[in-house]
Amino acid sequence: MEASNTIKITYREALKQSLREALQKDDRVFLMGEDVGRYGGAFAVSKGLLEEFGEERIMDVPLSESGFVGAGIGAAMAGMKPIVEVMTINFGLLPMDQIINNAATLLHMSGGQLNVPVVIRMGCGIGRQLAAQHSHSWEPFYAHVPGLVVLSVGTHEDARGMLAAALESPDPVIIFEYTSMLNMEMEIAKDVPELGISKAKVRREGNDISIITYGTGVHKCMEAAAELARGGIDAEVIDLRVLRPLDEETFLASVAKTHQALVVEDAWCSVGFSAEIISRIMEKAFYELDAPVKRLCGVEVPIPYPLHLEEASVPQVKDIVNSVQKTLKP
Amino acid sequence: MSSSSKKSKTLDPEKGQHLFYQMLLIRRFEDKSAEQYTKGKIRGFLHLYVGEEAVAVGVIQALTEEDNILSTYREHGHALARGMEPGGIMAEMYGKQEGCSRGRGGSMHLFDASRRFFGGNAIVCSHLPMAVGMALASKKQKKNQITCCFFGEGAAAEGEFHEAMNLAALWEVPVLFVCENNQYAMGTAIQYSHAVLEIEKKGAAYGIESTAVNGMDLMAVMDATDKAVDKIRKTGKPYFLVCNTYRFRSHSMFDAELYRDKKEVEEWKKADPIPAFQDYLLKQKLITKTELEKISARVDKEVQEAIDFAEAGTWEPLEDLTKFVYSEK
Ligand SMILES: Cc1ncc(C[n+]2csc(CCOP(=O)(O)OP(=O)(O)O)c2C)c(N)n1
Repeated sequence: MEASNTIKITYREALKQSLREALQKDDRVFLMGEDVGRYGGAFAVSKGLLEEFGEERIMDVPLSESGFVGAGIGAAMAGMKPIVEVMTINFGLLPMDQIINNAATLLHMSGGQLNVPVVIRMGCGIGRQLAAQHSHSWEPFYAHVPGLVVLSVGTHEDARGMLAAALESPDPVIIFEYTSMLNMEMEIAKDVPELGISKAKVRREGNDISIITYGTGVHKCMEAAAELARGGIDAEVIDLRVLRPLDEETFLASVAKTHQALVVEDAWCSVGFSAEIISRIMEKAFYELDAPVKRLCGVEVPIPYPLHLEEASVPQVKDIVNSVQKTLKP
Repeated sequence: MSSSSKKSKTLDPEKGQHLFYQMLLIRRFEDKSAEQYTKGKIRGFLHLYVGEEAVAVGVIQALTEEDNILSTYREHGHALARGMEPGGIMAEMYGKQEGCSRGRGGSMHLFDASRRFFGGNAIVCSHLPMAVGMALASKKQKKNQITCCFFGEGAAAEGEFHEAMNLAALWEVPVLFVCENNQYAMGTAIQYSHAVLEIEKKGAAYGIESTAVNGMDLMAVMDATDKAVDKIRKTGKPYFLVCNTYRFRSHSMFDAELYRDKKEVEEWKKADPIPAFQDYLLKQKLITKTELEKISARVDKEVQEAIDFAEAGTWEPLEDLTKFVYSEK
């Protein structure tokens, strides 16, 4: 990549640019959520957009998650293109009825008559010492539901590019953005490649093991892969990106190449997303494997407040490195 | 903001001084917490109660030790007014195992079952239905016990607020709903959250007796709460008290306060409940200058002791990470 064709950008700024672009491109698009306007966005992602686009397009809403998410679904059914922000996934339980019983279901129940092109964004993740009610990685809950498109923004590239693709979807899209990544700076292409929202992406090619992950797992696994490389292990890192509908081709092909796999996620282990990935590998690539597939997930505990306990609750880079080393050099 | 303090016949010097002490303790404890946050000693979210002290102190003085209290993530004031140890609260915010929730909860999750202080809830409005349930249990067990539940005006826009109000009225349970209307839900001013700005009117829709009071005026809050509590104990029915107040500091430590004018904050600071109550005590000769100084010195000492206690605290060992997920039999 030529230096001049790239920009250094924070994850927050990438998200903001994608919002601005969406609002500029289509006047049916509007953003609504708690504190998206006057406060400047709970995490400053939408800061300045109210001044730029006005109250009609940037709507502050009361604390009524079930109400305004439901209203977003209704507006989408009636011809608008709402981007609904649920401040964080922690409060995403309140509108879950609207999301699952309405957004995800209307197309089917109506025999294909009604589609719901709503986009719902939620801040997500663990790692800011916010304790048990504010530290959730519940992507698997949503990934369980047919009818939803579930996206996990694990890179700056997707922070910049995914929203546009989501707005093209005729069906409801849930986008998980990771609050612990907001201040991270990265170099990305000025013109972000159109990755769409149907495929996983190999973020690092390698031959020794397939590390399959999503969300904050991506940068942790990339870091781990770099460290493993220094010790002579060549890991492939796969960013799932789209948790539903799941692209299995990409990771099955990777496993067929490396014959080893590790799945990494922050979500609680039992009935987590890794269970799904591993099942598919068992069903479709079992004979490619040289060893049992491993998973590193969140410890099954409500996330405690103190730093040392919080860090021990989710996989860290050193845990990923250790796990791979143990698998490959037992 | 009305400035008239209703004179209460029952305020003796001892009680007046104690209430003053409680408000000052909350104020200085909160200021110190902000300091500890900037030093990185306290992490995560920190929501301070500065400016709203008269509400916690005025309401909780009307309760007995048998009554239940539930609160939000902005609950240090309620915990202190309930008599929880400042050291235990500070240690909690440091994440030390000597904290009132063993360090597991931090600032937003203060608990003390022995004092019937049931948290510290960080999901807006999520404790209101629980409060109704606790009051239902008191009713079923024929206990003379009130459940008092604090929340902000932002919470009154949630569905759970309306469900809880209706259930409480329908079941006729002894719950005191206290709405601390500090005019803002994060950066959203009340007029952008509510179609009807007089929050107390929402009680009437459910047939719940409701009052609004100047929450910057300790005597007014006390008076209104005493009456409300009296009513609840007599009738067993819910009561809705709205305390109109203001938070002097930002919503949390992550807030750039883009949504309000500094002048507005300065204007409200003129109604600061602490100097107002101090003046009242002096005028009524319920306190002397020397006694005031003594209280001030005592508060400073206790806040410093809380810091020392937290500093000396210890970290819970890693092996205990998965403790308290299920009850130990
Ligand atoms: C269900 C839910 N939605 C959003 C939030 C994020 N949040 C935390 S406090 C707050 C404002 C609440 O305002 P209010 O109820 O008036 O209480 P105050 O903070 O002013 O005391 C918001 C939006 C949350 N914690 N829970």
